[in-house]
Amino acid sequence: MNPRVTLAVATRVLTQIRRDHRTLGMLLLLPCLLISLLWWMFEGLSPETFDRFGPALLAMFPFIVMFLVTSVTTLRERSSGTLERLLAMPMGKLDFLLGYAIAFGLVAAAQSVLAVAVSVGLLDLDVVGPVWLLGVVAVADAVLGTALGLLASAFARTEFQAVQFMPAVVLPQILLCGLFVPRFALPDVLETISDVLPLSYAVDAMQHLTRSASTGEVWQDLAVVAGFALACLALGAATLPRRTP
Amino acid sequence: MMKNAVEVRGLVVDRGRHRVLDGLDLDIAAGVVTGLLGPSGCGKSTLLRSVVGVQRTRGGVVSVLGEPAGSAPLRSRIGYVTQAASVYDDLTVTENLRFFARVLGCDQAEVTRAVAAVDLGSHADAVVGELSGGQRSRASLAVALLGSPDVLVLDEPTVGLDPVLRRDLWALFHDLADGGATVLVSSHVMDEAERCDRLLLMREGAILAHGTPAEIKQAAGTDDIESAFLGLVERAA
Repeated sequence: MNPRVTLAVATRVLTQIRRDHRTLGMLLLLPCLLISLLWWMFEGLSPETFDRFGPALLAMFPFIVMFLVTSVTTLRERSSGTLERLLAMPMGKLDFLLGYAIAFGLVAAAQSVLAVAVSVGLLDLDVVGPVWLLGVVAVADAVLGTALGLLASAFARTEFQAVQFMPAVVLPQILLCGLFVPRFALPDVLETISDVLPLSYAVDAMQHLTRSASTGEVWQDLAVVAGFALACLALGAATLPRRTP
Repeated sequence: MMKNAVEVRGLVVDRGRHRVLDGLDLDIAAGVVTGLLGPSGCGKSTLLRSVVGVQRTRGGVVSVLGEPAGSAPLRSRIGYVTQAASVYDDLTVTENLRFFARVLGCDQAEVTRAVAAVDLGSHADAVVGELSGGQRSRASLAVALLGSPDVLVLDEPTVGLDPVLRRDLWALFHDLADGGATVLVSSHVMDEAERCDRLLLMREGAILAHGTPAEIKQAAGTDDIESAFLGLVERAA
């Protein structure tokens, strides 16, 4: 572990994103547009419906987007030969992974500030708890998405395969996170599965923040999300061999 | 001074279900330019990757500067150019080099020096993805020069380059060797043979000949390396 190298990776990834205007625009604006779409869908229904789905969506965006972006970019590093070159250099595997996590965590922070601002400021999402904590949860979700994406990319040989991991890894978590059916109302087996999926805790944290001013449970959920993210990063480092076939 | 920079003993490498190298023995002299010549698919890249320590091997020993290939102390002492231009297409030449310089922990002044060494000064601020193939591979070569490594492992760095540039790069390789570096360059173009101090002729995972270009031609009784190569193949058959 070397902070100089970790920061070098993070700065480099951010420079790459900054240069790609289309990606940057999509990363920052898409969540705002989608959450506005959701609000509009529920316009004719009672306002509580948006309050129920909005927070879950705020948790999901950074998670999904960062999962996709990370798994594809790391795979690009593998296929272009840059990863091989880096691993032949004095670079720790964790430096590489943490560098990515920091860079995408920062992008996610910007993304969530915008999405939360639009939701709370324009769309009147009711948030009883502290609004800034909503942002913290969103960043944790993004880091989780990044970590899972890094891990998933280890099992993909092509970018095409990497994209397929999205329905395999992300979609079940979305289905079971309590958005469609409250988690306690799921069949027992599915509730147990839902209990071990990290996105469930991220959505719980968001929903809790919109309903209650107490933050104790939010921090607990956050700890679970962060624990998952760290475990994925560690596993990701373990599945990143310096020697390849 | 050490005689051999690289020593390979009984190296076995499988790629997929295919055995690429089967018990290869090899020494590479320190401080000279060694050319690894052979047709595409003969195992050159696999051998080079084994020397750098990024190739999973089946058996045998590869040591570089007295250390096991791929071990941590070697990582800052080897400059490596993969066959693909392993630089970031969406960064400029300078941004790429700055990044790798920070990873290596070397001085940022090295960046300017490396860009000049590969003659990319006029494109230093161009995004790599917009450069020609030759310019990209030079950007990749510049990364390998950062921090003046003791061993340079270059996988076909001169492919597709302008003859003038090719000559300049070979001159650069000899300058580096004169400065004490060991330079191992692969090529599938036989006419690059004369530019090397020593040659390794490779075919189907085996070394056909090893020596100076003059020695190899003399032993084969031919005037050029291509004929020597053919002669050696026929003799082995």
